[in-house]
Amino acid sequence: MDGVQITTDQWIFWQSQTLPAVKLNATIVFTWFVMSVLVAISWLITRRLSTGPDVPRMQSLLEVLVSGMRDQIRDVSQQDPGRYLPFIGTLFLFIAAANLLAIMPGYRPPTGSLSTAAALAASVFFAVPLFGIASQGFAGYLRHYIQPTFLMLPFNIIGELSRTLALAVRLYGNMMSGTVIAAILLGFAPLFVPIVMQLLGLLTGMIQAYIFAVLAMVYIASAVKVLQGEERMQDDHHG
Amino acid sequence: MDSPTAIAISSIVIAGLTIAIGSIAPAIGEGRAVSQALQSIAQQPDASNTITRTLFVGLAMIESTAIYCFVVAMILLFANPFWNQLTQ
Repeated sequence: MDGVQITTDQWIFWQSQTLPAVKLNATIVFTWFVMSVLVAISWLITRRLSTGPDVPRMQSLLEVLVSGMRDQIRDVSQQDPGRYLPFIGTLFLFIAAANLLAIMPGYRPPTGSLSTAAALAASVFFAVPLFGIASQGFAGYLRHYIQPTFLMLPFNIIGELSRTLALAVRLYGNMMSGTVIAAILLGFAPLFVPIVMQLLGLLTGMIQAYIFAVLAMVYIASAVKVLQGEERMQDDHHG
Repeated sequence: MDSPTAIAISSIVIAGLTIAIGSIAPAIGEGRAVSQALQSIAQQPDASNTITRTLFVGLAMIESTAIYCFVVAMILLFANPFWNQLTQ
């Protein structure tokens, strides 16, 4: 079964002659490719922005994207989206671009590798306490680990770890299943069936990008909101 | 029966069972979630945006259990550590 690779990590593009440990696999190359595509498109569009009556077409595309993301973040978190837009929007755009570029021949989504998914989930894992501490301070954030009672401390910690694992494995499993099913179907029904599965894969990729961003927002909002509710209660108490 | 055959047979059988049994509960859960969401949208069409968003997030949560089963089955079939150890 050499034809079916369940990860892009084993696909080596370049390996250093002197240092065999230094190598470029397909995951890194395609991640750089997605990053450069995103940066190039954003730079080209935002190079000349106009506020006049006739807005360039690509600028309105970008405005639709950004305002849509702001609305979604505001709906989910019930807060001003400005603070969260850079992080959540980057996650969404990167995952969506990485998944949707799968229609290109020869391209394998870097999100179909556990390394990429784990890296994205780890960034969410570290962003949650950062946003929580930034909004309420160190002690205030730590207090939510013992929120109902002190007995819940281990469960809160386990929950934080397991949801990070779930975030990573969900993205990886969905994207990997798309490529693996396409590769298996190519073996016995190569004519039209893989196209349908590719179509389904595009839908799954978009939904997964949306879900990853919304879940990251929900986790951050829960870390921030619990503390705000607590503070409100304390204010009521003092007042 | 030598040990590579035993590992191959048990891996294939368990991979099939993993997917078969592991997709029952998520399928029931997703069906219940979707039917409830459709009912809610029919009763309150104004809230359909919120319901749809929550539904998608919830479906992803439910679906992840099935995805875990799929990942385990794929590991058993294509990246089996016991098989690799034996054949190297």
